[in-house]
Amino acid sequence: MRHFLNIRELSSEQLTHILDTAESFTSVDGQAVKKVPLLRGKTIVNLFFEPSTRTRTTFELAAKRLSADVLNINIATSATTKGESLLDTLFNLEAMNTDVFIVRHPESGAADFIAKYVAPHVSIINAGDGKHAHPTQAMLDMFTIRKLRKDFSYLSVAIVGDILHSRVARSQIEALNILGAKEVRVIAPRTLLPASVEKLGVKVFQDCKQGLHDVDVVIMLRLQKERMQGAFIPSEHEYFQLYGLTPERLALAKPDALVMHPGPINRGVEISSEVADGPQSVILQQVKYGIAVRMAILSLVISPEQNGAAIES
Amino acid sequence: MNNPNAQQLLEKLAKDLCIYMDKNNIRKPIFIGIRTGGVWVAKHLMALLNNKNELGILDITFYRDDFSRTGIQPTVKPSQLPLSVDDRHIILVDDVLHTGRTVRAALNEIFDYGRPASVSLAMLVQRDGRELPIQADVVGDSLTLNTTQHVKLSGPDPLTLEIVD
Repeated sequence: MRHFLNIRELSSEQLTHILDTAESFTSVDGQAVKKVPLLRGKTIVNLFFEPSTRTRTTFELAAKRLSADVLNINIATSATTKGESLLDTLFNLEAMNTDVFIVRHPESGAADFIAKYVAPHVSIINAGDGKHAHPTQAMLDMFTIRKLRKDFSYLSVAIVGDILHSRVARSQIEALNILGAKEVRVIAPRTLLPASVEKLGVKVFQDCKQGLHDVDVVIMLRLQKERMQGAFIPSEHEYFQLYGLTPERLALAKPDALVMHPGPINRGVEISSEVADGPQSVILQQVKYGIAVRMAILSLVISPEQNGAAIES
Repeated sequence: MNNPNAQQLLEKLAKDLCIYMDKNNIRKPIFIGIRTGGVWVAKHLMALLNNKNELGILDITFYRDDFSRTGIQPTVKPSQLPLSVDDRHIILVDDVLHTGRTVRAALNEIFDYGRPASVSLAMLVQRDGRELPIQADVVGDSLTLNTTQHVKLSGPDPLTLEIVD
């Protein structure tokens, strides 16, 4: 697997291979020295054109636990503000003999664009591009679900909230369908649903009561105010009244349903504190597993192709 | 060359290991098997020694020295070591000692879990072809093979050994 750009081009076997490799990295957390020498001498660049806390720090930790060297490029204070073009910045970083660029960008398609122009020795990992894809987040969500529920084939999963602006939701829907989830539902007001959303392979609900009925997993999404121009919802207060995950609403799902959220959470907007901190919430486990999943993806893009076992993307 | 009898080698290994531990004053050791063959051998060995403690399992994939050539093996699984190896005697078990590179990787991994009091190496079979200064403390059998031959272990129960060209 030279690059890791999106989920939809991968097969169920390839996704499972990533999840299995991630599973083997979970034991590193239990070592006194939380490090393995696998990527010693490799240089990994965190190239973030958009703010991020969890994704950037867990990628940095993942790289360090693989013994790689990490460069964090803060674009806001870099030469791009002096007029250097994106590709010139990339060519300069390539000239420093780096191995992987982890790219976060506000424009959809940015990671694919960069992947087309980088030197053959550099791999690109998409850490979120615009409204398009956030495949490593989807993989850590799949890892969390598989860890706690084993088999996807009998799971109903509801994704609730701002589907329109969510790259996380798109990647999650693709991953859940490829891994064979029984049913993927999206629940949102019409203004926060993309046109012809059904074509993604989901059942659409605008009413939480029907949508949450008997589901095994509830994934809440953040209202992406920074991507909204104009009025998509009357007010945050009203949104919470209709779509916020409260204990009463969660009670409509299966009694042991998992509550997930890619973070950052807005308490009182899409989720109540009672639910976010409650016994069914696995939000912090998602963060923890994010490190092992990102270790797996980093080592698989750097890993040379094997006969038959290689992942193409 | 006849195939070695794995059961006989296991019994010899168990007997010699007892003598070795006595002589070196090794009490309450932790057994650690290297996945996959070493885990099988260690389980049989512990059964013969009537040792009912938990077996440690190492997967050395992330410590190999040929990652840049071969990549990640698709069969990799998590290592499982007992809580602390600090100040404990360790019996490291594997099936075949050949180049010594697997044992080098295993030693590095063990030391990332803590500082053991000692590590001893028990091998079902050793053959010629060492590329590192690593020797077994106890072995079931020593073989001299030509470069195209290798020793293949099948298991887990019963264990059988085969010399393959």
